[in-house]
Amino acid sequence: MPAIPSHVPEPSRTDPALIRNFCIIAHIDHGKSTLADRMLQLTGVVEQRQMRAQYLDRMDIERERGITIKSQAVRLPWAPSHDEGTTHILNMIDTPGHVDFTYEVSRSLAACEGTILLVDAAQGIEAQTLANLYLAMENDLTIIPVLNKIDLPAAQPEKFAEELANLVGCDPDDVLKVSAKTGLGVDALLDKVVADIPAPVGVKDAPARAMIFDSVYDSYRGVVTYVRVIDGQLNKRERIRMMSTGATHELLEIGTNSPEMLAADGLGVGEVGYLITGVKDVRQSKVGDTVTSQHKGAEEALGGYKDPRPMVFSGLYPLDGSDYPLLREALDKLQLNDAALVYEPETSAALGFGFRVGFLGLLHLDVIRERLEREFNLDLIATAPNVVYRVVMEDGSEHTVTNPSEFPEGKIDEVYEPVVRATILAPTEFIGAIMELCQTRRGTLLGMDYLSEDRVEIRYTLPLAEIVFDFFDQLKSKTRGYASLDYEPTGEQTSSLVKVDILLHGDKVDAFSAITHKDQAYAYGVRLVAKLKELIPRQAFEVPVQAAIGSRVIARETIRAIRKDVLAKCYGGDISRKRKLLEKQKEGKKRMKMVGSVEVPQEAFIAVLSSDDSAGSGKGKK
Amino acid sequence: MPSALPDGEPVPADGALPASALAGAADRPLGFYLHVPYCATRCGYCDFNTYTATELRGTGGVLASRDNYADTLVDEVRLARKVLGDDPREVRTVFVGGGTPTLLAAGDLVRMLGAIRDEFGLAPDAEITTEANPESVDPAYLATLREGGFNRISFGMQSAKQHVLKILDRTHTPGRPEACVAEARAAGFDHVNLDLIYGTPGESDDDWRASLDAALGAGPDHVSAYALIVEEGTQLARRIRRGEVPMTDDDVHADRYLIAEETLAAAGFDWYEVSNWATSDAGRCLHNELYWRGADWWGAGPGAHSHVGGVRWWNVKHPGAYAGALAAGKSPGAGREVLTDEDRRVERILLELRLREGVPLSLLREAGLAAARRALSEGLLEEGPYEAGSAVLTLRGRLLADAVVRDLVD
Repeated sequence: MPAIPSHVPEPSRTDPALIRNFCIIAHIDHGKSTLADRMLQLTGVVEQRQMRAQYLDRMDIERERGITIKSQAVRLPWAPSHDEGTTHILNMIDTPGHVDFTYEVSRSLAACEGTILLVDAAQGIEAQTLANLYLAMENDLTIIPVLNKIDLPAAQPEKFAEELANLVGCDPDDVLKVSAKTGLGVDALLDKVVADIPAPVGVKDAPARAMIFDSVYDSYRGVVTYVRVIDGQLNKRERIRMMSTGATHELLEIGTNSPEMLAADGLGVGEVGYLITGVKDVRQSKVGDTVTSQHKGAEEALGGYKDPRPMVFSGLYPLDGSDYPLLREALDKLQLNDAALVYEPETSAALGFGFRVGFLGLLHLDVIRERLEREFNLDLIATAPNVVYRVVMEDGSEHTVTNPSEFPEGKIDEVYEPVVRATILAPTEFIGAIMELCQTRRGTLLGMDYLSEDRVEIRYTLPLAEIVFDFFDQLKSKTRGYASLDYEPTGEQTSSLVKVDILLHGDKVDAFSAITHKDQAYAYGVRLVAKLKELIPRQAFEVPVQAAIGSRVIARETIRAIRKDVLAKCYGGDISRKRKLLEKQKEGKKRMKMVGSVEVPQEAFIAVLSSDDSAGSGKGKK
Repeated sequence: MPSALPDGEPVPADGALPASALAGAADRPLGFYLHVPYCATRCGYCDFNTYTATELRGTGGVLASRDNYADTLVDEVRLARKVLGDDPREVRTVFVGGGTPTLLAAGDLVRMLGAIRDEFGLAPDAEITTEANPESVDPAYLATLREGGFNRISFGMQSAKQHVLKILDRTHTPGRPEACVAEARAAGFDHVNLDLIYGTPGESDDDWRASLDAALGAGPDHVSAYALIVEEGTQLARRIRRGEVPMTDDDVHADRYLIAEETLAAAGFDWYEVSNWATSDAGRCLHNELYWRGADWWGAGPGAHSHVGGVRWWNVKHPGAYAGALAAGKSPGAGREVLTDEDRRVERILLELRLREGVPLSLLREAGLAAARRALSEGLLEEGPYEAGSAVLTLRGRLLADAVVRDLVD
């Protein structure tokens, strides 16, 4: 192991020529966190005995599911073997690895001049990695292709080096081969970062402009904002201004991470570090925004800022209605750390009080729901996820529909639904199965490329609504788990969409309304009506269960009236038993939700709405 | 009584009741239930507290046998006298049930009744019933009972069809229960009941009609008709779970009940409780009505349940433990509960709604009254009685009584 570098340049006084800003693009499980761990050790910022696996992943859920949700930046001193006298500063920016966080990834990439493309030597590149690679290429980043896990018996370094070389446009011999686990080749990789990645370029004397690439809520310190300084310098104790909102804050602390927070005098051109202003809510410190000095600040913000836009909505309802205030409190707390999380109160005739919650995507939904249940001990019913529709009426008025039950009545001119460009990577033997799946999900083939002899990249345009409903699980099962998927929103399209309502005894049940393509409406109606017939107990009267589009009934079942509900015998004077039976039945009745005059067991809602067995599962790991 | 006992607070060793239980006792009728926990064979559907062994040893080596059972039971009647203290009431009803009471010698039953007469006195018009197995009585047996003071007898007929009796594990031959009615009449019994069960797996509507016709042909003045309930833990439940016999659908039960009502009404029987019909008010089972009207009764015998003035208690189940407690001079009570006012209100609704006289609407709270109005509009309550201030079930309402109760108690 090389000696710990001496004469380490200090923040705010570091020559940009010595700085290298880079990130690591990798698929979940391909070893990014382990590689980061090795770099922390090799550069001496974390001592051996303090080392723990996946040092940078803070949240339990991240560590457990092996995914990184929040990115961070670490300042690593490194004296390369080809220039041992000069200690360079390497800022490693850890990027989120999932499709839902594309925007955050893009901001992390914008903070870098180069990226390590890390690929498992036994698995090859995956769709999400490819998507992020394209993103890095669009940002003109220098790409260092690296194969990891070359110590694994199943590794095929030659094959996948070829694949990477084709994608990046280099020679297969230029692909570095490392084992993050053993540390093999990691020092060479750090050397290559210094050698290949350009130093940042900025205007030293210009008004300060720093780009926020992450923002994290810490219960002790408030919001910690991570920035990359583009021009000028930010200094401690000055007042700063957020350019998107104009809000000003006092800079309570400025510093770098090594990897713990370390206060500094300031940050200069090309440097990466954190700011603390005392704000309590990450929405006041938005990813992509530009930070400048309040006094003689910049006029023009850096480009590329976007407000986070939720793509998928789901209604979250506490199973026990009295938990509603608790759910609100929990969402409030999570929002402190998640600018993309939006919600507003919603009332469902069937489910009571809850929230309509907007998410960046399915993983985001999954993570939030899991955190609500685990960290806040809530039992929730989550309605089936849906996308946002834009409905234009014949009179020209327009509605944005985030909840199917709000789909407007009356004369509709056009309905627009969001579409995505989906990229699927899979072994060639599954091409047929994948195309068939995409076809039934109203997909349009955009193109297909062979990554290597036996792996193919298939691109489709698909309605997002088709993806949020169990697409990923279907894809996995049809390809025996070999396919990987990435998608990015590309706009909207008009479609023949209809709202299917479910009526119980003539009353519409808002929670069961769904928007589907008209060709799928019938199947949806039949399926749901049959399921409800099975789940709802017989009532004192006959209950028709209908699926309808507007006033047109498309499916119907009947729950026959119960004819006998009486115990004939008296149990030999054991009236206590009879009374206790009554008490038990009353308890059971309490767990029923009244929908009009029909008693519907909680379980029926969960079974029908739950995305557990459709869209939600399996998103975390791969 | 059912196999499982409820949870409750312990009964004091001397069986003493709280003072509240005896307040106002003079205004309530007092009855005795005497349990005989022996059967010759165990029926596959039965989950009552009954044993086929003739001798059972309890704690402390006390032997409980069929032969000395009457003596043990008499001990509990004497305990009852002590517990009820100077309660001046004569006993209005005595009901001997089981098990199979007629497995005991007729003289034993008479001796048990005699203890009640000696300790409490019997009202002049007291109703004295015993259950009887058609196979274990004959004219001499019946004559002994009649002479000993019994004036009502209830035969377990269950069905007139051999294949139905077989599923129920009943050993008597078809026709024998009807013959018993004649023998009882000849012995001088004024009141005779036949117990019927409907909805047994394999029973058809016509089988059920045949059973009703056979019962009516014998000329009882009272008929009980119970839907077969498959209780967990019984042999029948196991056979159904294994798929050896089919489960009867609730709708079939409803159909059979309607057939019973139609057939019995045509023969001059009126319902007075959901599962009980009689030819006249005099033919009603007064003892049964004590249960439904919240009156006082002392249940003697293993596992028997009692109720006095808002205190419900139940005895230990095992005949050996039962005999052991009494031999040690202690109450055989296993647990009890003292009902709150709300418990008693709920029980009154729960129990009285089963009766032809129904529940006074004055017992209901606002939500319960709203539920009663709904039930009325849905045809589950009779209009006339409702106008007069009572909730009385219609025929359809009788079939949905438990659902109506759930709403009325709100």
